[in-house]
Amino acid sequence: MSVILILIAFSLLVAGSFLIGFLWSVKTGQYDDDVSPAVRILFDDEILTYKRTT
Amino acid sequence: MRENTIYTETQYYHCGENCKEESVEADNKSFCCQGCKLVYELLQENNLCSYYDLQASPGKTQAILGDRYAYLDQSSIADKLILFKEGDISHIQFHIPAMHCASCIWLLEHMNRLDAGIISSKTNFIQKELHIIFDHTKTSLRNVVEKLHEIAYPPELNLKELEKGEKKALSKSRIYKIGIAGFVFGNIMLLSFPEYFSSGIYEGDDFHVIFGYLNLLLSLPVFFYSASEFLENALMSFRQKVINIDVPIAIGIVAMFLRSIYEVVSDTGPGYFDSMTGLVFFMLIGRNFQSKTYEWLSFERDYKSYFPIAVTRLKGTEEEVVSVHDIKPNDRLFIRNQEIIPADVLLVSQKAQVDYSFVTGESREVTCQHGERIFAGARLVGKPAEVLVQKDVSHSYITKLWNQSSGKSESKSKYAHLTESISKWFVIVTMSIAVGSLLYWYPTDPSRAMLAFTSVLVIACACALALSAPFTFGNMIRILGKRGIYLKNTKVLEQLSNIDTVVFDKTGTLTSAENYKVEYVGIEPTDLQKQLIASLAHASSHPFSRMLSTHLSSSNNSLPITNLKEINGKGIEGLIQGNLVQLGSRSFIHVAEAQNRNVKSSEVGVSIDGKLLGYFYFKTSYRKSATTLLHSLKNEGYKISVMSGDYSFEQTHLEELLEQKEGIHFEQKPIDKLNSIKEVQSHGKKVMMIGDGLNDAGALMQSDVGLAIAEDINNFTPGSDGIILSKNFGQIGNLLRYAKAGHRIIIISFIISILYNLVGLWFAVQGTLSPIIAAILMPISTSSLVVYTVLASSIKARRLGLTKMKA
Repeated sequence: MSVILILIAFSLLVAGSFLIGFLWSVKTGQYDDDVSPAVRILFDDEILTYKRTT
Repeated sequence: MRENTIYTETQYYHCGENCKEESVEADNKSFCCQGCKLVYELLQENNLCSYYDLQASPGKTQAILGDRYAYLDQSSIADKLILFKEGDISHIQFHIPAMHCASCIWLLEHMNRLDAGIISSKTNFIQKELHIIFDHTKTSLRNVVEKLHEIAYPPELNLKELEKGEKKALSKSRIYKIGIAGFVFGNIMLLSFPEYFSSGIYEGDDFHVIFGYLNLLLSLPVFFYSASEFLENALMSFRQKVINIDVPIAIGIVAMFLRSIYEVVSDTGPGYFDSMTGLVFFMLIGRNFQSKTYEWLSFERDYKSYFPIAVTRLKGTEEEVVSVHDIKPNDRLFIRNQEIIPADVLLVSQKAQVDYSFVTGESREVTCQHGERIFAGARLVGKPAEVLVQKDVSHSYITKLWNQSSGKSESKSKYAHLTESISKWFVIVTMSIAVGSLLYWYPTDPSRAMLAFTSVLVIACACALALSAPFTFGNMIRILGKRGIYLKNTKVLEQLSNIDTVVFDKTGTLTSAENYKVEYVGIEPTDLQKQLIASLAHASSHPFSRMLSTHLSSSNNSLPITNLKEINGKGIEGLIQGNLVQLGSRSFIHVAEAQNRNVKSSEVGVSIDGKLLGYFYFKTSYRKSATTLLHSLKNEGYKISVMSGDYSFEQTHLEELLEQKEGIHFEQKPIDKLNSIKEVQSHGKKVMMIGDGLNDAGALMQSDVGLAIAEDINNFTPGSDGIILSKNFGQIGNLLRYAKAGHRIIIISFIISILYNLVGLWFAVQGTLSPIIAAILMPISTSSLVVYTVLASSIKARRLGLTKMKA
C-alpha cells in the first residue's frame, strides 16, 4: 500500500512544478500583453534593398 | 511615375481620410498633407513600407513639428523621464495613445531602422506603451521623441508623466495567490475523496492520518498567503470599528482552519481544508473579476496631464528651457504657437490670440492686449508671445479649481455599499445563531456545543454573499465596455443605481462636436463679398461673429477695416476696401420689410453698401439622440438640468427641447458648475454629471457619478468615473436602467444565498454538519450564484439592447 504514498508524493511534485511554471510565467510578464506577441510573430523580415527613391 | 490617374483611390494612402480637392502627390499615391507625405517618404527611404501592407491606411494625420521638444535636451528633465541608464544604454518607456493596429506595432518595433542609435523597441499593446532601449552616445532622447512624432506616434509627455517617476509596479500578487489557492484546492480535494467515499474500506490503515496532515501542510500557504488580504482587511475594519464584507469571510476562514487543525490533530475527522481553500480560491477569483480595469484609459487625469513639461524662460536676451515646476512669479516666458500657458500670466507682447478651450470647453479664440491677464491652461494660437508670470503653477486659477473639488473623494467613500450594509447584519445574525446554539447545547452536551458553534461559523461564511456583487458588476462592466461605455470600477455601477438627478453640459455634450450650423438665405455672395463679411466678423467678439468667421474661414486673410463701429446688441459695421459692410439685426441694417416674422433660430443680416444681401441663420445642432434621451429620462422621474458656459441665446430653444424652464443655466464658469452641483447635493440628491472638456472637470469630480463624453477614445477626457463614446450618447438612459437592474439582481442573489445558508445552518445548529456536506454545499451554492448573476446580467443587457454590437 505504501506505493500509493510514493505516487502521491510524485503527483504533488509534478503538480508543484506546474505551479512553479505558472508563477514564473506570470512573473516574467508573459500575460501582460496578449496582442503584440501574436502579431509580432507574423512579421516577415523582408529583403533590404537600399535603392533610394526620392 | 507620371501616370497619376491610374491611382484612383478615394482615400489618402497614409491616413485613410477621404480625399479633398487639394492633395499632395508622390509615387502615384495621394496624401492629404505634407506631413503625411513626409511620413510615407521616411518609411519608403528606410524600407519600412510593409507598414502599409499589414493594414490599409494605418497612419494618422500629421501635425507639424517645431522645436517643441527642445526641452528634452535638458538633462535635468531627461533624467526624470529615463527609466535607467547603464553605460551607454538608456531605457525609456512612453505612453503612445495613437497605437491602434498591427501596423503600429510593426512600425514601432522597427524604430531602429529609423534611428541607428535605437537598439530595440518593444510595444505593450494593452497598455499602449513603448519601451525603447537606445544608445545615448549615438542619439538623444530628443531625437527619439522627434522620430516618434515624425512617424505620427507622438508620445504622451506631460507634467504628470514627469512626476510619477517610478512606473507603477503591476500588481501580480493576486494572480500568484489565485494560482497557489487553485493548486492547493485541487490537491486537497483529491486527497479528501478517499475519506468521503471509502466509509471503512481502508479501516486499519493510517491513510486518513497521513492525508489529514498532508492537507494541513498544503493549506498553510493558502491560509497565510492567499487569504492574507481577507484577514488583514478584517483586522483593519475591526480597528476602525466598522464591519465590511471581509469580516464574515475572515471569521469563516479562521473558524474552518482552526476546526480542521483540531480535527486532524485529535484524529476526529478530516477537517474542512477543501472547503476552506475552495472558498479562498473562489473569493480571489471574484475579486479579480471585479477589478477589471481599462488600463489604457485614464480616469485620473487632472491639470497635470495637460500641462507641458517645460517652457522657455527669457533671461535678459537669452532663452533657457526650464521645468514648469521651476517657474517663479515675475519670470518672463516665451510661448510659441500651440503651446499651453502653464501659469496665470500678464501679456508682455502687444497682442496675442489664445484659445481657452482647455479651460472652458468652448472653442473660442480670444484676442488679448498688452498687459491683459491670461489664465493658466490657455493655448496660444498664432504668433509667439512673451508673458510675465504672476503666480506659481500650483496657485493658478485652474489648479485652485482642482483643489476645491478634491474634498469629494471623501464623501464618496462614505457611501455605504449594498454589500457592506448587508454584511453587517450578516455578521450579527450568524454570531448570535452561533452563540445561541452554543448556549443551547452546553448544559446537556458540552462537546456538541463546541461542534455546533464552529459548524455555524463554518457553514455561514459569506461566500455567496461576497461573490454576488463582484460577479454581477464585473460582468456588467464588461458588457458595457464592449458597447463603448467604460466605467472606472464597479463602485460606479452601484452609485449609478442611486442617481436621481442628471446634469448635462451643453456644448460638446448635448450638442455634437461641430456645434453650430450656419445657414444662409439670400443672394449668393461672391468670393470677394465673402471675404469682406469674414473680415468684418473676425473683428468682433460677439458669438455670432465668431461662428460666422469660422464658417467663412475658407478665405484666408482678413482685410484691413476702417471706421469700425460696433453697437452692442445691434450689429457691427466697417469700411473695407471702400465698401461699407454691415452685419446685424434687421433694424440695424435698415431693412424696412415686415419684421414680425417669427424666427426660431437667431439670424444676422448682411448688407454691403446699403444693399441687403441676405441672412445668416445660426442653429445649434444637438445630438440626434439628445431629444429622446432627455424625454425618456424625464419620464422615468429623473430631474434634468443643463449647464453651459455659452451665451444664453439658445435658451428658448433649449427650454422647448426640455419642456421645462428651471434647471437651465447659461454662462456658467467651471467653478459655477461645481458649486451648483454642490448645491443640488446638499438637498440630498444624487447627481450624475455628463460633460466633456476641462471646464467640466470640477463638476465631474464633485458629482456622485461623472461621465465624460469622448468623440474618440484616444482623445483626452477630463478626470471622471466613466468615459462614454459620443456615438453611444443615447445609451445613457439604458446605462441608468441597467445599473438599477444590476442592483435588483444582487438583491435576488442575496436572498438565494441566504436560503443556502439556512440549509447549512439546519445541520450546523444540530452539530451534525459533516465535512462532506460542507464540501458539497459550498461549491454548489457558489457556482449556482455565479451562474445566476452572470446570466441574469447578460440577459438584462440583451433586453435593453446593450449587447448589440455596432460597428
